[in-house]
Amino acid sequence: MLANKIITKDLDLYYGENHALKTVNMDIKEKAVTAFIGPSGCGKSTFLKTLNRMNDLIPSVRIEGTVTLDGEDIYSQGVDTTLLRKKIGMVFQQPNPFPMSIYDNVAYGPRIHGIKHKAQLDEIVEKSLRSAAIFDEVKDRMKKSALGLSGGQQQRLCIARALAVEPEVLLMDEPTSALDPISTLKIEDLMAELKSEYTVVIVTHNMQQAARISDYTAFFLVGEMVEFNTTDEIFARPKDKRTEDYITGRFG
Amino acid sequence: MGTNTVSLYTKRRRLSDGILTALIYLCASLAICLVAGIVGYVVVRGVRSVNWTFLTTVQSSKNNTFGIAGNLLNTLYIIVITLLIATPLGIGAAIYLNEYAKPGKLVRMIEFTTETLSGIPSIIFGMFGMVFFGTTLHLGFSILTGALTLTLLILPLITRNTQEALRTVPDSYRNGALGIGATKWYMIRTILLPSAMPGIITGVILAIGRIVGESAALIFTAGSGYILPKSLFGAFHKILESGGTLTIQMYLRMTNAKYDDAFGIALVLLIIVLGINCLTKFLTKRFDVTRLDERRGKQKRVKTKVSK
Repeated sequence: MLANKIITKDLDLYYGENHALKTVNMDIKEKAVTAFIGPSGCGKSTFLKTLNRMNDLIPSVRIEGTVTLDGEDIYSQGVDTTLLRKKIGMVFQQPNPFPMSIYDNVAYGPRIHGIKHKAQLDEIVEKSLRSAAIFDEVKDRMKKSALGLSGGQQQRLCIARALAVEPEVLLMDEPTSALDPISTLKIEDLMAELKSEYTVVIVTHNMQQAARISDYTAFFLVGEMVEFNTTDEIFARPKDKRTEDYITGRFG
Repeated sequence: MGTNTVSLYTKRRRLSDGILTALIYLCASLAICLVAGIVGYVVVRGVRSVNWTFLTTVQSSKNNTFGIAGNLLNTLYIIVITLLIATPLGIGAAIYLNEYAKPGKLVRMIEFTTETLSGIPSIIFGMFGMVFFGTTLHLGFSILTGALTLTLLILPLITRNTQEALRTVPDSYRNGALGIGATKWYMIRTILLPSAMPGIITGVILAIGRIVGESAALIFTAGSGYILPKSLFGAFHKILESGGTLTIQMYLRMTNAKYDDAFGIALVLLIIVLGINCLTKFLTKRFDVTRLDERRGKQKRVKTKVSK
């Protein structure tokens, strides 16, 4: 049995008057891939963003309940969101490399956290790019603009950028929805490798993707977490009728 | 086969189309002729007065010279000092309004006020500057008084341009930086400002253009002095002395019916404005973060030339 990395307890989230997440209780396992599935607007991305407090940036958001990382409440006062987001990194739906060189993109995170030594940075950059399976494609153009890469390469670069700060958890918000099938495949392979070192949480629109890559799956519907179990159980023997309807393609 | 089939080669030009097209060409050529006419006239009338003595001497009845060196220097002083005050203020205000302030009534009110401020006739700024900076703060007729007055005038310009530039930076950059643990200020410093730099530079250079062309706000604040400083101390102390810019000098020559001199100054001003426009083009390209590779390529080419 894997250890719990992140635990949410009675988590409610409101966008102004809109009750967007309803009493979500979930234990996210360490060094496994957990997938969130569900139709558009079901709250899966919102839930993902509560895990590293990216929702703090939206003014009208109100959150109740607790989220703990290794037993520490991430919403308690005095939590340094900078450190939190170093531990829980994030990859977004649209690849968002910064308008700087490939090298500087990956070195951005380590530089925030005070690493200035050239040799040390070089090492981190290479290691991160290798972990994100893109090193060979970019090793001869490290000083070139990251904006010149293809969409799939950009996304893997963003994964490398997130890995460069050595996070413990990697949150991925539909990381392949803007990519072509081959790039998608590469990133899926990558996730399978990443889980040996990191806790990976992924939001996906694509049920087959969840079935292929994840160990645990949570199904969300209009702000409610309907069912959470091992991926095998969810897809083979869903307990809730709504889950069954969704995964058999009756709606969504 | 239908009898009413229209061949693709049939000309169907309507009369109204033709008239409108002609009108548009007419308007365009009129606009171009106007600009070309003014520039041409200024060049033709001004070019006789502009020579080395004109540019390097000051007005002096003892030496019998009528140059504008002092005014050129004053213009430079006013530009530098105004920008030194206004640029950090304007950029700071824009960063606050866009990135820190909660969007709402207060922000809208500040933005509305800034916009109104930029529509006020500059003579009103001149009057305010004279009374407030000149009299109340005892700065008198001085370059500093003029620069402070112009700061009020160009602050909206720099703030608005910086705001626009910040707005065009995609939110995904902000999220990306914050998402790996950057603090807000670090994100602004390393991502937002570099991305917004071309827009900020445009604002600053437009402001320079405004400063160079301003006269109403300066005549009662910076005054009309034209003496060159004689020592290093003088160069610093000049800030607190009266100093007329090129436009002021032009105004004075015209009131004395020295039209050839005035056209000479006008030509110098035209050249300065042209130079500023070219500089804008060059700098906005130079600082465009999305053109990293082109920039690198150019630098490399320059380097290889040098090594040869």
